[in-house]
Amino acid sequence: MSDHAVMMASRRGPLHGLSLPKGTDFSLSEAPHAARFILRGDGASVAAFGPAAPKPLQGSAAGTRTALWLGPYEFLLLAPEEDATTVEAGLKATLPAGTSSLVDISHRQIGLVLEGRLAARCLSAGCPLDLALAAFPVGMATRTIYLKTEIVLWRQAETRFHVEVWRSFAPYLVGHLADALAGTNGL
Amino acid sequence: MSESFRIADTKDSRVSGRPLRFVFDGIAYQGREGDTLASALLANGVHLMGRSYKYHRPRGVLSAGAEEPNALVAVTRGPGRMTPNLRATQVELFDGLTASSQNNWPSLAFDAGAINDLAGKFFSAGFYYKTFMGPKVAGNWLWTKVFEPIVRQAAGLGARTTEPDPDRYAQFYTHCDVLICGGGAAGIAAALAAGKSGKDVIFCDEQAEFGGSLLHEGTASIDGKPARDWLADALAELRTFSNVRLMPRTQAFGYYAQNFVALSERVADHLAEAPNGARERLWQVRAKEVVIATGAIERPLVFPGNDRPGVMLAEAARIYLNRYGVKVGSRVVIVTAHDSAYRVALDLAAAGVVVAAIADTRANPPVARLIEAKAAGLRVIPSATVTDTKGRLRVSGIGIAAVSGVVVDAPEWVACDAVLMSGGWTPSVHLYSQSRGKVVWHEDRQMFLPGASVQAERSAGACKGSFALVDILIEGYRAGEEASGASGLRAFAVSGDAGIEGGTMGRLPLLPGSKGKAFVDFQNDVKADDIELAVQEGMRSIEHVKRYTTTGMATDQGKTSNLNALAIAAGKLGKSIPQVGLTTFRQPYTPVTFGAFAGANRGDLFDPVRQTPIHSWAEENGAAFEDVGIWKRAWYFPRQGEDMHAAVKRECQQARASAGIFDASTLGKIEVVGPDAAAFMEKLYTNPWAKLEPGRCRYGLMLNEAGFVIDDGVIARMGDDRFHVTTTTGGAPRVLHHMEDYLQTEFPDLKVWLTSTTEQWAVIAVQGPKARDIIAPLVTGIDLSKDAMPHMSIREGKVCGVPARVMRVSFTGELGYEINVPADYGRSVWEAVWAEGRKYNAVAYGTEAMHVMRAEKGYIIVGQETDGTVTPDDLGLNWAVGKAKKDFVGKRSLIRPDMVVEGRKQLVGLLTDNPATVLEEGAQITAASAAPTRTSALGHVTSSYESPALGRSIALALVADGRKRMGETLYVPMPGGAIAVKVVGPVFVDPKGDRVNE
Amino acid sequence: MLLIRCPYCEMERPELEFRYGGEAHVARPLDPMATSDDEWADYLYFRSNPRGLHAERWRHINGCGRFFNAIRDTVSDKIVVTYKAGEARPATTGEIA
Repeated sequence: MSDHAVMMASRRGPLHGLSLPKGTDFSLSEAPHAARFILRGDGASVAAFGPAAPKPLQGSAAGTRTALWLGPYEFLLLAPEEDATTVEAGLKATLPAGTSSLVDISHRQIGLVLEGRLAARCLSAGCPLDLALAAFPVGMATRTIYLKTEIVLWRQAETRFHVEVWRSFAPYLVGHLADALAGTNGL
Repeated sequence: MSESFRIADTKDSRVSGRPLRFVFDGIAYQGREGDTLASALLANGVHLMGRSYKYHRPRGVLSAGAEEPNALVAVTRGPGRMTPNLRATQVELFDGLTASSQNNWPSLAFDAGAINDLAGKFFSAGFYYKTFMGPKVAGNWLWTKVFEPIVRQAAGLGARTTEPDPDRYAQFYTHCDVLICGGGAAGIAAALAAGKSGKDVIFCDEQAEFGGSLLHEGTASIDGKPARDWLADALAELRTFSNVRLMPRTQAFGYYAQNFVALSERVADHLAEAPNGARERLWQVRAKEVVIATGAIERPLVFPGNDRPGVMLAEAARIYLNRYGVKVGSRVVIVTAHDSAYRVALDLAAAGVVVAAIADTRANPPVARLIEAKAAGLRVIPSATVTDTKGRLRVSGIGIAAVSGVVVDAPEWVACDAVLMSGGWTPSVHLYSQSRGKVVWHEDRQMFLPGASVQAERSAGACKGSFALVDILIEGYRAGEEASGASGLRAFAVSGDAGIEGGTMGRLPLLPGSKGKAFVDFQNDVKADDIELAVQEGMRSIEHVKRYTTTGMATDQGKTSNLNALAIAAGKLGKSIPQVGLTTFRQPYTPVTFGAFAGANRGDLFDPVRQTPIHSWAEENGAAFEDVGIWKRAWYFPRQGEDMHAAVKRECQQARASAGIFDASTLGKIEVVGPDAAAFMEKLYTNPWAKLEPGRCRYGLMLNEAGFVIDDGVIARMGDDRFHVTTTTGGAPRVLHHMEDYLQTEFPDLKVWLTSTTEQWAVIAVQGPKARDIIAPLVTGIDLSKDAMPHMSIREGKVCGVPARVMRVSFTGELGYEINVPADYGRSVWEAVWAEGRKYNAVAYGTEAMHVMRAEKGYIIVGQETDGTVTPDDLGLNWAVGKAKKDFVGKRSLIRPDMVVEGRKQLVGLLTDNPATVLEEGAQITAASAAPTRTSALGHVTSSYESPALGRSIALALVADGRKRMGETLYVPMPGGAIAVKVVGPVFVDPKGDRVNE
Repeated sequence: MLLIRCPYCEMERPELEFRYGGEAHVARPLDPMATSDDEWADYLYFRSNPRGLHAERWRHINGCGRFFNAIRDTVSDKIVVTYKAGEARPATTGEIA
């Protein structure tokens, strides 16, 4: 055990030093740091976090907290970074023992926000899902793929998507999205 | 020569359009905006556009579309931007276009390769099989060493560029309700219907302009308007539909399962400037319904000399005339078996071209045609055949003879500079066939037409055998309505469109003893004789004839030749067409660039390049990296002047002397949580877990059900219901999949859940006698003392102020810790550890030193010491198998007879007699120093290094009954002689294992 | 690329999101140690290879993550029906497309 003052470590994310496409038709930005948890088990447990348990392929929000359905008995919980300890402690205190698993994955992945008229088109360069508004409406969320990386795709508005991607795959995804934008020629 | 074949008196804007300069084979020409390279060359009187594949015969343009087999050119647009094998009929002209012909040397007009034409006997059917695939006996060295290379060089198409392609190729998935493939009259009508329904429609056509045959229709009227005006209005209407995506220059080239259709869009090849964005786009379309409106392709006639420049398809001449304002010659002869060539003759005559004769192969051409011809003053020769043509680089005459019964009269030679032929029309059933539909032979119409639909598609228009414009429009409209679920039929009033019929297949009657070459497949140089010879030599199915002669196997896939080849084969076999069969239509319909298929998946974006949070530090500190799966890992950290060997040696020595710091972030991590977590671990790993106390770690071994080792790693128990599992770097996704499989399908009642945490944690390993001293100043909340935190334990606390899981584990045999911190803090904590480490002369080490040090300790690496056939006992890891456990995955297999038999390969150490000799990994091991051939190896070397700790080489190996062979001398046969090795235990350093407990 | 209906997501999803998992309804013996060598070998290695309808395991690995079963026609490569893991094989006509 050390008794002298310890320097506080600083953060550096996987997109450090990369520039992201910015424009009116398409802009890509990194979502703010967030507290992220994977909750597996009973969906009713989500209520202890805040939002109602999301329906399949949906996101569910309450205030600053969001729960995304990833699969049966599997949810991605997103909250402001500063809530990390309270969320974890709160859920652990509330959840009935033995009904679920809560794992902190705040640093496992990052959030990207895609915004603009061409956001869906750029996603379609690598994601085979139908992203037309009728087929993938606002509020829909799902785990899927983008070329060779897995992503979680959540539509927040007609022209705004939130994408979660594992950190080491993030530069690959960002590179491809930028390339896709160039390949649209403004389509 | 400046556009001397361009007609001036037409309303077509393209003819009076902007002049464009272009260069073909080094000669400058002028063309017009809207021209293709083919139409522009024809406007300048140039027919000779290529040399043929085998015989290097001079060839002119045959067609005006995607089916072109002859006029293949290379277009060059600067370094790396050379595209070979483009069809001149599809290359859109732009100012400054530079194109060249292919397959000729030294020039198109004088091609030395044309000697092949005289040596034609060589190249008969089955040439490739007879020549290249025969037994390579001693006597035919001349073939294999001399002729074969020459022939292979001489035959072929254009060359590719060797420079990297600087262009961008985009790929998009897209979805629609209705996809309409083909923008001719049927497609336009379908699009009008589907567009009105409001459904999401994609309407694509391969050409720059929509309209298909309407673009060159000069006589017909639709709904009271000239066809071209109607077309313009229809397109204007379509453009008002926001739900219709019009995609010109877009070829639907492949039809796959569940209405998945691939489109290739040429975005920029028609532009003078190289694009900023994509050159091409590959669209992968999922359509709810598809309308196939791909039209029909005119069939050439098969007669001697039918490949001479100037001999072309009749309708192509009409397209060049009416659409491009280009006369294909001044004096033409028309040879036809079909009515449609009469309208060609009439249009040409009206434009002032001399139509010297219409040779109709039919005995009784329809009266209406004869009346039309007579009214225009044109001579019709019925019951005609062609005996031969004349001319070297351009046709100059044609021999026309009357046929009475089977007798061919003496020919009349007619001078001409173009021969326009029509054997009738072949519906383009390619996409339908690719959709897995079965085409049906219609004997009365002599056509293969689409049969029942297998997918949600329907054909309309000429591709379905409808050739009257009114039928095409009605059918197209109905198809569009059906596809979009609309109803309300629309009528079309068409005038000036004479019904057309006729057609023939196979070769025309010959003069006895005729020697002229009558081509069937122009692109692959297959003659009618070749197909007959193939049948004569025993080929019975068209599939065999095709492969034997290569007919239909060129990049045009026999668009103009398949039916003629089939008819010739059927005739020779005395069978009907469907009895002989039709070859399969395959994707792609026309060639697609590799760039379009590759898209953005090349260079840095080919694969994800996974980097750890500490990667940037390693890079800044000069690390060399190695690929481990798709991870980049620091391999070693060379200092000034050090090679790999020196760097690794220093890293190992210093780690054992003081400490080494290692980035272990790539290790797979899985959090196993739930009241049944321990029960689940008992099932998935060989080891016992129930009694492992929270805060302690254990080495875990994972088997597949067959009993073979598939993964290993240190597993920490965080609490009664929570395990922190580590896996191999490459095994992480596989292990999670394996665990989920058993959890979901075999043990679904267990209350346990799995979450990957591989990327949640950055892992910094500090290994060596000074490890504790180095990390101690950075750690808070954890008692690191020997007793409080023994080897194989885990504690949660803080490192550099951030939450951390600190494990006391070792993969080097030294005192060691692995610090897990949330990944974003990884680099910062690493730097802090590094700063502390420098006080003790610690080193950063890479994966190579890690490998050496673990091998010195006899620790296995899954995938190196194992190959999917290795059991725990083979590895000497029986201590890790819970004997008392009733069941775990793989347990039952461990007592299968083959698993307990004597003679299994077991892990041992090897020491070479010469300590300086480092064995090759993978080398075989034998008992005798000079083992005779066909001796089975006793085993093989799995790992081999120079050990800095021992000052000599060491190796690990799997050897049959290895543990019984301690002290024996075995041999590793190598090209320079067998290397003698002594079998020893696999632990070379600190066999008692005291150092990890320091 | 096939579209495969995931019985958990209750929608058709592109094949790229799925991973094939071999023949379905090959149950792991409840007490493997009680099986004979032949029975165990049969469980490990012997699979049917029908021409026609074949029950097989798939996992929506890049989607909801669940294993499920599908009846696929090995001749036409059409998936006739999908159903959740643990459910009995549904009755399907033996028709080969």
